[in-house]
Amino acid sequence: MQKFEKVTGIAVPFRRSNVDTDQIIPAVYLKRVTKTGFEDALFAGWRQDPEFVLNRPEYQGARILITGPDFGTGSSREHAVWALRDFGFDVVLSPRFGDIFRGNSGKQGLLAGEVAEPDVEALWAIIEAQPGIELTVDLVERKVTAGSLSVPFEIDDYTRWRLIEGLDDIGLTLRDADRIDRFEQTRESWRPRTLPVKQS
Amino acid sequence: MNANTSDTLPPRTLAEKVWDAHLVSKGENGEPDLIYIDLHLVHEVTSPQAFDGLRMAGRPVRRPDLTIATEDHNTPTIGIDKPIADLTSRTQIETLRRNCAEFGVRLHSLGDIEQGIVHVVGPQLGLTQPGITVVCGDSHTSTHGAFGAMAFGIGTSEVEHVLATQTLPLKPFKTMAITVEGTLRPGVTAKDIILAVIAKIGTGGGQGYVLEYRGSAIRALSMDGRMTICNMSIEAGARAGMVAPDHTTFDYVKGRAHAPEGQDWDDAVAYWRTLATDDGATFDAEVFIDADALEPFVTWGTNPGQGVSLSDTVPNPVEIEDPHERAAAERALEYMDLAAGTPLKDIAVDAVFMGSCTNSRIEDLRAFASVIQGKKKADGVRVMVVPGSARVRIEAEAEGLDKIITDFGAEWRFAGCSMCLGMNPDQLAPGERCASTSNRNFEGRQGKGGRTHLVSPLVAAATAIRGTLSSPWDLQIEGEAR
Repeated sequence: MQKFEKVTGIAVPFRRSNVDTDQIIPAVYLKRVTKTGFEDALFAGWRQDPEFVLNRPEYQGARILITGPDFGTGSSREHAVWALRDFGFDVVLSPRFGDIFRGNSGKQGLLAGEVAEPDVEALWAIIEAQPGIELTVDLVERKVTAGSLSVPFEIDDYTRWRLIEGLDDIGLTLRDADRIDRFEQTRESWRPRTLPVKQS
Repeated sequence: MNANTSDTLPPRTLAEKVWDAHLVSKGENGEPDLIYIDLHLVHEVTSPQAFDGLRMAGRPVRRPDLTIATEDHNTPTIGIDKPIADLTSRTQIETLRRNCAEFGVRLHSLGDIEQGIVHVVGPQLGLTQPGITVVCGDSHTSTHGAFGAMAFGIGTSEVEHVLATQTLPLKPFKTMAITVEGTLRPGVTAKDIILAVIAKIGTGGGQGYVLEYRGSAIRALSMDGRMTICNMSIEAGARAGMVAPDHTTFDYVKGRAHAPEGQDWDDAVAYWRTLATDDGATFDAEVFIDADALEPFVTWGTNPGQGVSLSDTVPNPVEIEDPHERAAAERALEYMDLAAGTPLKDIAVDAVFMGSCTNSRIEDLRAFASVIQGKKKADGVRVMVVPGSARVRIEAEAEGLDKIITDFGAEWRFAGCSMCLGMNPDQLAPGERCASTSNRNFEGRQGKGGRTHLVSPLVAAATAIRGTLSSPWDLQIEGEAR
């Protein structure tokens, strides 16, 4: 994973709340067996509308998505994060995220930062007054800057550290695989096993 | 022993006990805990990239004996003996088969007696047990919490992590008690309880929490009913929902293929009895629901929190205070093509879907069949019944439910996720309206432009008879029932 410290780029004012992962990427697009190539599937149900905010010329090449509350609720599909990444987004800011989506984001180098609702409104207002304006998201300082406005965002310390260092979770866990071995030696014999197969 | 219940510990909740028993190591300085995973369920949609990651890193599956796979999300529900017509679906299924063979993972393929929706298969095999940790790359993994297990959905990166290490780095959840006291009236079911809970706390209300469902109305439910409730915890934003194990749980598990036997059974039950939340344990949040007051429930909008009693009317967004909720309601009514003030019972449907990991177990099918028995479906309404697993299908046929269903004019299908999410050909056409026993009424979920009303199996059945959203109560009023 690439190291992540600061992103400067165009931000999209995404005035919607309760955007579940079925809206981010409908299930029909989940049939691929790769992690890439999902950019066309992002918000597929809304993309045909020429007025849809992502279709507007001033937001082409955007790297930052700023949404209303409860973004990424519902299905666990990590494809939602891949689709946002493939489309070019490095950052999503929202007052509140679905738990699974937020966890998935951190594992794919997508910064999911929580911004207070009034600050989201203020950021939207600035962007809509100057469409195409570049914002800076600073993960080290945990703040978003739009022109003269600078507002904080929240992200947990651990995810922030992993993003900054570009660390992979499995590698981190396996650094100390002995502790897993030790735990397994204490597991009770009655805990379920899938193998050998037993017939009912 | 992990299953340590020392008297010196402070009072703990069910969720905290299960968490503590799976701590491989406690996180320090803001790091997450490392949690051991007892059971990993795998399906075709969220696993290919995870297996690919293992292959690229040269890592094996650490515990194939704690892992099991089934094909469910995009499998067809008719003509299952033929090659899958959709090429990308077929590729995904074939990829799962290849991955399971290569990594030594047990797989139940289409046509196998244990094939079915992953959340129906685990409990039915006796693999889902009290006090264990269960994960799957599917948000409805919360279903297994009905056994007093800690069960939650994970993303594909986490699937890879569990395959490689049998653990997950996780921050502890907060706990929320959902207490449902009283007695459900006839015609009111577990599905109505959970739809009422979600309407009360909202789709974000459970975020960061494990929900524990408690109270006399929960204790009175069967395992199938408890699974329906825990299944939809994610629709309230919670990754997991749990019910303390009791006699109902033990009776359900006992004798199943992978249930403990002999001394192991006695040891297991002795431990399971210690899991219930201690007196004096505190929850971070509490919610109360009056079971006596509940009526059959139905959603009118495009998220599962947008629900009301079936006897009610479509709400007026103007009366919603929260500006985001109001905007969401306005957009939902436009998508659903509904006018504020319309009685829910005046809404006509084009289709009824009876199935999904929420409501496709044998009791759900029995409930549905009990209402439609001897009747004919409404003209012009397509009724699709999809059992949760091949075994449920066989069980239903042994009881003659298939005959009741086909005589009614409904389609009797093979097992899978089907029209719950429309990854296979079972989809709504644009503009079609469906009463569905599934879990999500999101825009386009059951097919692009499709409109979904979430309901219980009893409401689905009554709706299929009348052609408009209805409950068994409406049939009684007409003198058709009993």
